[in-house]
Amino acid sequence: MSTSARPLSPHLQVYRWQIQMVTSILHRITGVALAVGTLLLAALLISLATGPQSYAVVRDFCASWIGNILLLGWTWSLAFHLLNGIRHLLQDAVMGYAINQFVRNSWLSVFGSLLLTALIWACVFMRGGAA
Amino acid sequence: MSAKPHDNDLRTPLKIARGLGSAKSGTHHFMVQRVTAIALIPLVIWAVWLALTLVHADFAQAHALLQQPFNAFVMILFVVAAFWHAQLGIQVVIEDYVHTHWLALTAQVLVRFTCILAGFACVLAVARIALGQS
Repeated sequence: MSTSARPLSPHLQVYRWQIQMVTSILHRITGVALAVGTLLLAALLISLATGPQSYAVVRDFCASWIGNILLLGWTWSLAFHLLNGIRHLLQDAVMGYAINQFVRNSWLSVFGSLLLTALIWACVFMRGGAA
Repeated sequence: MSAKPHDNDLRTPLKIARGLGSAKSGTHHFMVQRVTAIALIPLVIWAVWLALTLVHADFAQAHALLQQPFNAFVMILFVVAAFWHAQLGIQVVIEDYVHTHWLALTAQVLVRFTCILAGFACVLAVARIALGQS
């Protein structure tokens, strides 16, 4: 089979960037990021079942600057994947397929996720900050 | 690009594919991914509320929060739905972008093992927190 040198999907090199593909790509990237983030949740639950010393390790990691950056990234990933996921579910129900609706809803996912992230972190800071 | 399964095969691609049919299980994957997605909408909102409650919580407070029957129950639903959904999603990402057969196969098995292992560990941890002494 002499097919191995053919260009493969997703053919990024031949497309002009547009919001429809940005949200599609971001949905996958945030999904993979969230899968990794769920492992931190697993670590938190296991540490809570183990004892105060293990819990302190997970808590210190979350309170560190790198933990804070990761948590901020996971918050946005969660917000985006949630809103864009709802958009995908509505599309599965054959809603929002007109091009203008598709573009508008894609932007709604992007800006909505930023707004949701800001809201969640406003709550974090109202509770006395992340650290 | 490394070797694909039929690189040294003299048969044409059509001859190899003919008669194999589809895997006959794609719809199930599609449905479970969407059903877990729907379940995760309320569960994620609850999880964000729980995470915000846990900001600055010490061990005793965090432990007591998860020991409440409702929180323990919903947390188990959340981790099962989340790891299930994660496995299904990453499976598609690997299928789409990893074109080296052995690498794709290894990645699929590793992702499945990790999700099942972490999922069961979470369920066991929550059960221990919920049923144990505070």
